[in-house]
Amino acid sequence: MMKRVVLDGAAVLVGYFLLGLIRMLTGSQARWWGCPPKALQRIYFANHQSHADLVMIWAALPKELRHNTRPVAARDYWTRTPFRHWLTSAVFNVIYVSRSRQAAEDPLEPLVDAMAAGDSLILFPEGTRGFADEPQAFKAGLYNMATRFPDVELVPAWINNVQRVMPKGEVVPVPVLCSVTFGAPMQVLPGEDCASFSQRARAAVIALRDV
Amino acid sequence: MYQTLKNLSPTEQIGAMFVIVFGLLMVGGLVIFLRSMREFDDPQQGARHRAELDQHTQLLKTSWFLVFVFWLAWLAGDIWRLVLFGLGSFFALREFLTLSPTRHGDHRSLVLAFFVILPCQYWLVGTAQFDLFVVFIPVYVFLALPVTSALANDPKHFLERNAKLQWGIMVCIYGMSHVPALLLLKFPNYNHRNAFLVLFLVLVVQTCMVTQHLVSHRLMQLGKRPAVPAISQSFIWRGWRAGMAAGSLMGAALAGITPFVPGQAFVLSLIACAAGSMGHLVMKALKRDRGIPIWRGQGKAVTGASGMLDHIDALCFAAPVFFYSVRWYFDL
Repeated sequence: MMKRVVLDGAAVLVGYFLLGLIRMLTGSQARWWGCPPKALQRIYFANHQSHADLVMIWAALPKELRHNTRPVAARDYWTRTPFRHWLTSAVFNVIYVSRSRQAAEDPLEPLVDAMAAGDSLILFPEGTRGFADEPQAFKAGLYNMATRFPDVELVPAWINNVQRVMPKGEVVPVPVLCSVTFGAPMQVLPGEDCASFSQRARAAVIALRDV
Repeated sequence: MYQTLKNLSPTEQIGAMFVIVFGLLMVGGLVIFLRSMREFDDPQQGARHRAELDQHTQLLKTSWFLVFVFWLAWLAGDIWRLVLFGLGSFFALREFLTLSPTRHGDHRSLVLAFFVILPCQYWLVGTAQFDLFVVFIPVYVFLALPVTSALANDPKHFLERNAKLQWGIMVCIYGMSHVPALLLLKFPNYNHRNAFLVLFLVLVVQTCMVTQHLVSHRLMQLGKRPAVPAISQSFIWRGWRAGMAAGSLMGAALAGITPFVPGQAFVLSLIACAAGSMGHLVMKALKRDRGIPIWRGQGKAVTGASGMLDHIDALCFAAPVFFYSVRWYFDL
């Protein structure tokens, strides 16, 4: 009981600390370009270039939305050490997905549970971090979630500059101003297949780079 | 009035000074507010009037911001004063580097710049180690940084990247750190009043910049062409001279709050104004090189920058020049 209270308190403190840190380092500017921040059930999907992306987009959301918007992250990486596991589950309220598919297991099941409970999601549909200027091809996860929950708004987002804060292989972050641009909500068109939707979604994310 | 002010203790004098400056800023705000009430029959003329007022509001905001920061710095005491200026350097450098593309190979150099060089420089100010403070960045850092970059094994645009980083450090850290360093100059018979010297510099430079801005815009309305249109749309030599004159006269008028006689104050202000206004022009050239009109950049917010550098670049250039001129002339 006591331990529980201490850990919860620690999670709140660490949350504020990270929020302050990310604001100090990046300014963490949110630009609601295509839609206002609203408490609708949404799937935010964004380009993925750095581990800090998760924190960036979390920090860019207003406090009220942050509580029930859950980032989706890879189980193998984020549960490797006890600290990482605690950080992602207690502070960010992450939903884990396994990247290595076991037989007879639906990798999207935890996401479906969360959506059914009314939470919003933050999704990185590339599946892994990219190091090119443009995001890689999107995986099918976004399409599958969108077809299962057709009423949910799909909001594209472009995270700008974060890869410069902490490039691959570095441990100390560097202060560079970053921003998250949220675009206009989109939907799966009637009869649209996975490949063409994924392309359209990817184009929507890339288009936000220059607005 | 002058006698009364003169008989106050240094602290009271500084307080009175801030009261006067804040009062002047309020009067400025009131003037802009009253002018904004004016109505025009011709909508085009009205739009022009509004645009002009917007610019003046921006200028007034800058002045408010600067004076407020210095008021805080004066209230806060020695250590916090350094922290405040250090934070200023930090945010300015953050803004500068956001808009200068760096590569992965620069990462270690950037870490050094933000987390080692910046605190070290302000620590040197705080402990008044002037000999090291003067040469720490131009000598040691400028040799150490390219080494860090070279060790990152990336030759692409090497000179360009290093030049940008060194420029950022020179302007944002080295230049800025000379403002609080003014507080540590020891003039004979001038104890506890060094805050006036900082205020003097800020007021003189800001007067110069505001006058230059206002006169240049008036001249442009009269059809004058800018002198270097590819770099600045608003730089006109006559406007610049007006700014220099106003700043220097302001300096001479303020000689009472400094350890200088009016003639010295005039010349030192002239030097500070020349450095500040020319530095502002140089920063404009840098911005043009990056293809942005203001540091906020790219349609206001992709970078999320607040335009901090626009506010302080003149001061960053003026402070070191002023500092060393004073030190050399008075042999401190």
